[in-house]
Amino acid sequence: MKNKLSKWSQNQAFWPIVIFLLIILINSIMTGGDFLKITMVDGHFYGRIIDIFRNGGKLMILAAGMTMVLATGGTDISVGSVMAISGAIACSIIEGNLLPSLNGSVPAAIVLAICAGIICGLWNGFLVSKIQIQPIVATMILLVAGRGIAQLITNGKIITINSDAYYFINGGYILGLPFPLYIVIFLVGTLLLFVHRTAFGLFLESIGCNPKASKFAGIKVSGYLLAIYTISGAFAAVAGLIESAGIKGADCNNAGLNIEMDAILAVAIGGTNLMGGRFNILSSVVGALIVQSITTTVYALGVPAAYIRVLKALLIIVICLSQSDRFKQALAKAFASRKRREAAV
Amino acid sequence: MSNQEKLLTMTGISKSFGKAVKALDNVQFELNAGEIHALLGENGAGKSTLIKVLTGVEERDKGEITLDGKTIHPRSTDEAQKVGISTVYQEVNLCPNLSVAENIYIGRAPKTKFGGMDWKKMNADASKLLSGFGLNLNVQANLDNYSVAIQQMIAIARASDIKAKVLILDEPTSSLSQAEVNKLFEVMKKLKAEGMGIIFVTHFLDQVYEVTDRITVLRNGAYVGTYNTSDLPRMELVSKMIGKDYAALNKSVLDSKAEKKGSDKGEPFVKLDNVSHQGTINNIDMDIHKGEVLGLSGLLGSGRSETARVIFGLDSVSEGELKIKGEKVNFKHPIDAIRKDIAFCPEDRKTDGIIGDLSIRDNIVLALQTKKGLFKKISKKEAQILADKYIEQLEIKTPNADQLIKNLSGGNQQKVILARWLATNPELLMLDEPTRGIDVGTKAEIQKIVIDLASEGMAVLFISSELDEEIRCCQKIIVLRDMQQAGEVSDEEISQSAVMEIMAGGDNA
Amino acid sequence: MTRGENKKKKFHINNVSLLITIVLFVAMFIFGSIRYDHFFSISTFLNLFNDNAYLMIAGIGETFVLITGGIDISISSTVAFTGVFMAHCLEKGMPAFVVICLALLIGITVGAVQGSLIHYFKLQPFIVTLAGQFLMRGLCVVISEASIPINDSFFKGMALGRIPISFGEAKPLNGKIYYYVLIVMVVLLVSIFVLKKLAFGRAIYAVGGNEQSAALMGLNVARTKIGVYIISSFCAALAGIVFSFYTLAGYGLQNMGMELDAISSAVIGGTLLTGGVGSVFGTMVGAMIQGIIQTIVTYENLNTWWTKVTIAGLLCLFIVIQRVIAVRADAMKGKATAE
Repeated sequence: MKNKLSKWSQNQAFWPIVIFLLIILINSIMTGGDFLKITMVDGHFYGRIIDIFRNGGKLMILAAGMTMVLATGGTDISVGSVMAISGAIACSIIEGNLLPSLNGSVPAAIVLAICAGIICGLWNGFLVSKIQIQPIVATMILLVAGRGIAQLITNGKIITINSDAYYFINGGYILGLPFPLYIVIFLVGTLLLFVHRTAFGLFLESIGCNPKASKFAGIKVSGYLLAIYTISGAFAAVAGLIESAGIKGADCNNAGLNIEMDAILAVAIGGTNLMGGRFNILSSVVGALIVQSITTTVYALGVPAAYIRVLKALLIIVICLSQSDRFKQALAKAFASRKRREAAV
Repeated sequence: MSNQEKLLTMTGISKSFGKAVKALDNVQFELNAGEIHALLGENGAGKSTLIKVLTGVEERDKGEITLDGKTIHPRSTDEAQKVGISTVYQEVNLCPNLSVAENIYIGRAPKTKFGGMDWKKMNADASKLLSGFGLNLNVQANLDNYSVAIQQMIAIARASDIKAKVLILDEPTSSLSQAEVNKLFEVMKKLKAEGMGIIFVTHFLDQVYEVTDRITVLRNGAYVGTYNTSDLPRMELVSKMIGKDYAALNKSVLDSKAEKKGSDKGEPFVKLDNVSHQGTINNIDMDIHKGEVLGLSGLLGSGRSETARVIFGLDSVSEGELKIKGEKVNFKHPIDAIRKDIAFCPEDRKTDGIIGDLSIRDNIVLALQTKKGLFKKISKKEAQILADKYIEQLEIKTPNADQLIKNLSGGNQQKVILARWLATNPELLMLDEPTRGIDVGTKAEIQKIVIDLASEGMAVLFISSELDEEIRCCQKIIVLRDMQQAGEVSDEEISQSAVMEIMAGGDNA
Repeated sequence: MTRGENKKKKFHINNVSLLITIVLFVAMFIFGSIRYDHFFSISTFLNLFNDNAYLMIAGIGETFVLITGGIDISISSTVAFTGVFMAHCLEKGMPAFVVICLALLIGITVGAVQGSLIHYFKLQPFIVTLAGQFLMRGLCVVISEASIPINDSFFKGMALGRIPISFGEAKPLNGKIYYYVLIVMVVLLVSIFVLKKLAFGRAIYAVGGNEQSAALMGLNVARTKIGVYIISSFCAALAGIVFSFYTLAGYGLQNMGMELDAISSAVIGGTLLTGGVGSVFGTMVGAMIQGIIQTIVTYENLNTWWTKVTIAGLLCLFIVIQRVIAVRADAMKGKATAE
């Protein structure tokens, strides 16, 4: 028994799960149990926890894609803009402004929106792997220009649409559970299968630790980079669909705004080193739940959103420092010299 | 010797990395003003660590350094320079994007009245200084317009111009031609006459006898002794450098080499037919047979590593033909070569070899996995079996296969990389400096493994800058010079002098 | 040693790139002049400075970081934060002089903290400055969610004060620059002096060329690296001040994505993202190109988002051009050693 516990605690996902449970526990105590309450209305489950899972869906998907990007030592800060593009395309098609010949077909809109995400991802991957631009600059190009492209698609307007089929993406229920949760399980599950059943995970970690040596070992580094940026783009497009279905329209100015920071934070909380190397997708997904539950909690406490952002920024730095060898050394040194001084006294 | 004044003394210097590795153990060193003092030892003897301690790159654990009678404790190269210790490293440590003049004067440039840099004076000074070295360069051009040899001379000019009391030359001649070496020696003698103390680290024993006054030998991180160059015969010096136990190891290597004489020579596994890669090699013609250890020799930049790069698909064949088992190939990526059963342990283990943050097991299976492809995953169980097998077979010193490779010593890391390639069952194994920076014992082990592999039928391409190592392991040595094939020696003809002659040969630079 | 006499001047990457940039600028100016009435005038040219002064200052600061091979994506937030901070303090009745000094001090502090995290703890610049970006955007909203107008007399004076420049009677030959453009000129001249003439400036290039070598040559890498982040944030704070002169307000959502404009300015002006090469003069020309794109977009009466998209496209183009030149230069180097 003890052995099993210590084995679990060594898993990268162990601490994030503990933290998540703790947050829920604290919330439950503070709200006197209201937090945990799950009610059943019309065969659907409702409650704070369910909300966290539903609203955290986007972030969980983004975090899964972002984990792999960060594992290669890169970053993708364009996800928010890709979300805006995907929402803009889907809503424009459904509304009939774009490609009116499709008659506002929802499936076609979804497919084309995801294709747009794939193209965005390919573009990022192309810039990073072939032109060898630093990932931060390459994706910043799309971060800025992407929102512009979304604006150009919607002609600078906020689109509202009327389609129950489309609303279902965010608001729908299957077996009493919100639909976004199924999307998460499908996407993350497929990804996990792929990473663990093939050598993909090993290759990514290898690339993240040392791209040059990886090439010497026969890994086609640029091909894999292209693939993961594409996955990240496609996932962002799906997240964009969930978001736009949630607001029942497309708002290019605010869709996915600042969400890249949340996604990076989720990965960092999940314990993946932002310098690249070892990664754990499941752990990042739990990280996303933590970020979402912090947001929910802080909102519930009535703290303005701005403070949350400040808090998250500080959190990232603290987590990065805790991963930095240099920082650990410095800390150990300071600690040792203090001890020595104490001993001398 | 006693009438000269003592400039620098180092006593009781110890330095360890981590718990296990003791790089220096109670080492002493002494340098007089106006003296050229050779610091010798095999790779891993502790020469470079001693230099690093002296120049403030590493901090010593124990011991004392006095310069001009004052105790010093440099914590950075900057501090070392300020007290008068300046260094030229084996690899050129200058900035390619700055001009020649700036590279000489950066950090101490002449100033104008307004506090800005006086470019005019700086350029004039640089021209004058370099012409003293027989170099007539455009000092305003960027450094990377010049060849490595010239860059090295510029680095020496920089170091000697800093009003240094002690000048350290850490294998400065490995990239220089004979004429350039002679010029360097003239400069060294001039500086010596001016009263500077020079520490000269080199592999070339001829150069030691040509230019130095005294010799200090280190072995396995320990001090062996200091001798007057003129009093120490060459044979004795070599035996002091390699130690006794080494002779025994050497014998076992020689024995296994002797065992496998007379390999059958059918069709070569690899045939290079007038192969060139623009800017790195020209018209290389060679065959590598199975069961043979072929040595590739030459100075740094002569094209020896570059030849392996082309065979491994890292560089393209721009002219000529590369044939594997008689079939013409055109590799675009290392994976193409790996699929044809070729393996390559690169020279720079740290940047091109190990994946530092991954476990030994992952490092070992990596190449086999790429060979099998993305979808045929090697299960953890299979990987563990493979890893355990090689840990035992190659005697990799580690508690288990879960250890991160970056925590191993250099020699063990090299063995893991070797294991990575052996796991792919290669028919051709290319080793580029496989024993660099590795302790003497492991070194001989690796050499023995190489010879054994060849006797089991593998083709081996062995690249090393240590001649005696090549001579010991190879049946045939091809010598490269200036990116071209300069000649070859085989079997009984192989000797240090024969190879050196070709290496230096018809030098008209 | 005949190799030494090879004095043939080789192409420098920044020279070629800057040349392309200047040609492009002239071409765009001519294009605008032919296509639109009233475009061709001194005033159009001077307005590039009037409208983009803050971008030029921030871009010059960013250039310092880029030359060392780093990146600072916190500058737009620094601009916004100093703007909101100053507007808030002025609203509370603090004197303009004190407020400006405080804003600059904030810039220095932000840079020092970011630089120290990057250098001493070996954190990646993009993560640190990304966190910095979010931190300061958050702080903006903590101070005020709404835009705060500035009514201070000194700020108003700076906002309205202009110097007429005339080359003749005709209307196209007349124009004016605002006082704050002079700040740009001062920043530019000081930066050129620092980069060309001071040991600190040369150390910046050395670190960008090869950090390890720079350290082994005895240069103070810590001071250099932290220094450039301080300069970048300081310039961003200064840009924030100039931006407040320009808009007479402080607003937390202002200038989103401006770091891309600043980086584009630098890259278009010949700075290499890999470090070691770059000039602040080029950055200024790069900012002027962006200004002229904006002007043309305005004249064409297009959606303003076209500006962003075009600039992003231009940035890609220049990065590709730089890579082509770099690959060619490498090939030439191979030949040079072969001689």
